[in-house]
Amino acid sequence: MASFSIDQQPIEFEPGQTILQAAMAAGVYIPHLCFHPQFSAHGSCRVCMVRIDGRTASACTAPAAAGLEVENLSDDLQALRRDILQMLFVEGNHLCPSCEQSGACHLQSVAEFCELLMADLPFQYPRRMVDASHPDWVLDFTRCIHCELCVKASREVDGKSVFSLTGRGFDTRLVINAPDGLLVNSEFASTDRAASVCPVGVFLPKHQGFKTPIGQRKYDRHSIEQITEE
Amino acid sequence: MSPEQAQTIFEDTRQRFAGAADDTRLLQYLVDIQHRYHFIPPPAIEALQQILHLTRAQIESVIDFYSFLHSDQAIRYRILFSNNITDRWAGSAAMMQRLTVALHGCEDAGIALTACSGLCDQGPSMLINGRAIGRLTPSRIDDIAALILSGVELEDWPESLFMIDNVIQRSDRQLALSCQPAAALRRAIELGPDLILQTLNESGLRGRGGAGFATATKWSLCRQASADQRFIVCNADEGEPGTFKDRLLLAQYADSVIEGMTIAALTVSARRGFIYLRGEYRFLLEPLQADLQRRREQGLLGSAILGQAGFDFDIEIHLGAGAYICGEESALIESLEGKRGIPRIRPPFPVTHGYLGQPTIVNNVETLFSVERILQKGAKWFSEIGTEQSRSSRLISISGDCEEPGVYEYPFGVSLRQIVQDCGGSDAQAVQMAGAAGTTVLARDFDRCLSFEDLATGGSFMVIGKQRSLLDMLQNFAWFFRHESCGFCTPCRIGNHLLPELLQRFAEAQATGHDLRQLKDIAETMHRSSFCGLGSSAPTALSDALEQSPEIFTAGMASSSDNPAFDLSAATREYRTITETESW
Ligand SMILES: Cc1cc2nc3c(=O)[nH]c(=O)nc-3n(C[C@H](O)[C@H](O)[C@H](O)COP(=O)(O)O)c2cc1C
Ligand code: SF4
Ligand code: SF4
Repeated sequence: MASFSIDQQPIEFEPGQTILQAAMAAGVYIPHLCFHPQFSAHGSCRVCMVRIDGRTASACTAPAAAGLEVENLSDDLQALRRDILQMLFVEGNHLCPSCEQSGACHLQSVAEFCELLMADLPFQYPRRMVDASHPDWVLDFTRCIHCELCVKASREVDGKSVFSLTGRGFDTRLVINAPDGLLVNSEFASTDRAASVCPVGVFLPKHQGFKTPIGQRKYDRHSIEQITEE
Repeated sequence: MSPEQAQTIFEDTRQRFAGAADDTRLLQYLVDIQHRYHFIPPPAIEALQQILHLTRAQIESVIDFYSFLHSDQAIRYRILFSNNITDRWAGSAAMMQRLTVALHGCEDAGIALTACSGLCDQGPSMLINGRAIGRLTPSRIDDIAALILSGVELEDWPESLFMIDNVIQRSDRQLALSCQPAAALRRAIELGPDLILQTLNESGLRGRGGAGFATATKWSLCRQASADQRFIVCNADEGEPGTFKDRLLLAQYADSVIEGMTIAALTVSARRGFIYLRGEYRFLLEPLQADLQRRREQGLLGSAILGQAGFDFDIEIHLGAGAYICGEESALIESLEGKRGIPRIRPPFPVTHGYLGQPTIVNNVETLFSVERILQKGAKWFSEIGTEQSRSSRLISISGDCEEPGVYEYPFGVSLRQIVQDCGGSDAQAVQMAGAAGTTVLARDFDRCLSFEDLATGGSFMVIGKQRSLLDMLQNFAWFFRHESCGFCTPCRIGNHLLPELLQRFAEAQATGHDLRQLKDIAETMHRSSFCGLGSSAPTALSDALEQSPEIFTAGMASSSDNPAFDLSAATREYRTITETESW
């Protein structure tokens, strides 16, 4: 099998794999947010930036090739990731201590892994209507990082097209395909994969606040690099 | 809207598009509907849902992406003032102010800003329902206001308002050569694909759209890729602020450009081609369609071109709708397929996986024009002038603080000093190369030269006079990128959103060392990690200024401390107004 290296460690890969896929298969963690192994690469969050033979590129879109030397957890790249993550934190309303998703949130745990302690950029505090129309779910759109995982999951797994991204630039936002734009009037069902795939706290289940206490949640128990995505 | 009106719009939309309904044409249908009703009415969306089997959210997300499409309400006269820096220098703000005052209270008109409309040599300019008007003066503004207030249909406005000049200030060998329809094409047929590629290779032609990729290599890759069909796309999105040379070519050398596309089709056996024409150039649509039709009648397009059995090729024009990102080739292809213009993951590149996943050549207008010149006169004729890595000549669009704006053809290697002198920019403090995303060259560096080795441009050359504020220019560029970021990736979406506010602090002399550091960090993050060239090049002029002109930032700083500035009085102004408290 052909191989390349990540931080000097040899990684074997199969033709057609990206650097991120090969790394995950080999159990080597490259921080990322918008990629999920069940779906095609998206390339939007930019957290998986690595240096490949001196050139900076996203690991989720760069094809693996024999002999590449990939730099992943260097100080320089971790600093770049902190700068990118900060931007995501100030774009939305990520008030982790009061968020139901805290401890099970990829954004939060990747930030922890990259040692981002606080966001230093001006917070934008977006105002977006919460969708509480559905009996079992509340959607808080102000936390969306536009990864389109729910869009893909709804289309490819659930066989519906409940979600789309609309707008442009900073005005990009998630919308629901329903005559009035409300979740309850869409084809969404509580068991949809779209609801469980979100890496942040947009999809919040009703009737069960803080069922698992903070401190005992997924990423409270293990750092994100030790967990394989479900 | 009454139920009857809604029903009529629904039926009308169905009838017009149901015939050969094709979801890749969604954007074209929407452009047409916008034009017809002055917005996209809900029943038209319902009709499109039905014919194209798309969800409402899918259609609305396309409408929301393009700035010339609106689903809110019908506005009879939608006016967009070009907000390029050259338009501003020419006084666009005063024109906009004048029209806004004149139309105060008029519900038929809406006024907003748009990115560079490609009339920088005749600014200030505006678009009204997509039609371009240049050379705005107070008296022309008053005429426009009077026409709107008396409700005259745009079609009945005096033609003189819409006159666009195409000024060639300097021609070299390429512009000097006349169009001789079919001469180059006949030669190409004689040569056949292998020798066409060899000729292009010998000519040293590199793409004129910005990146300077060797045209012969691009075409060979496309030809080698296995495929059911191949496509030729002429990139006429010309969105780089300050560029208008493609406009001139499409207006005066359309035959050459179309022939360049036809030669590309012959080389890679493509049967379909597209001209992706930016919405701002809608005025070129009918003339171009007439050119295409004439060439069909002359046997230069269509089936068995010039009598060659099996040489079948035709061209469609697709209109853009106000999105700079659609000049980026993979976003352009998404847009051609009727979608939002979000760049694709590369690799694979469009040459192997482009339109409908098939090998596609995307070339700039000028590149295709040069292909025709080369086939007409030979590789040697073309490559005789220029520099080692940049053969021949190229067109540049000169605007800004100079006496003779317009299109100039120069051999590569010419110094900026020469260009600035020729165009009458004697008072220049700097030149902005390659638009808002390009580099700022200060007067002390005017010995540098135009070439891929040194200073490349997609065609834009904006002369910055001594009286101009560089900070003001940076703020204008920041406005542009905030307006034009597609929003797909983190650094560009958020970085471009944050920069205008930060720069404003310098403009108000309220900035601190903290703000300066943030400017640098954001610029670097965008540059290093953006998904496409828009985000990675957006902070170029800012980074240049931080390095070459630090004084413009220090002048805007209230303190050099690393703490964020906090202006108590400004922060509490609203509170004090409400509570009628004088001060603390
Ligand atoms: C943000 C962005 C905007 C672009 N706009 C244009 C454009 O308006 N016209 C153009 O020809 N190329 C534009 N390009 C470059 C194209 O992606 C592509 O490289 C070019 O059309 C290839 O043609 P060429 O090989 O003939 O240069 C743009 C690139 C980026 C990143
Ligand atoms: S809601 Fe969640 S899954 Fe959907 S795009 Fe936003 S962050 Fe991604
Ligand atoms: S850099 Fe990112 S957000 Fe900006 S235009 Fe390109 S893909 Fe869109």
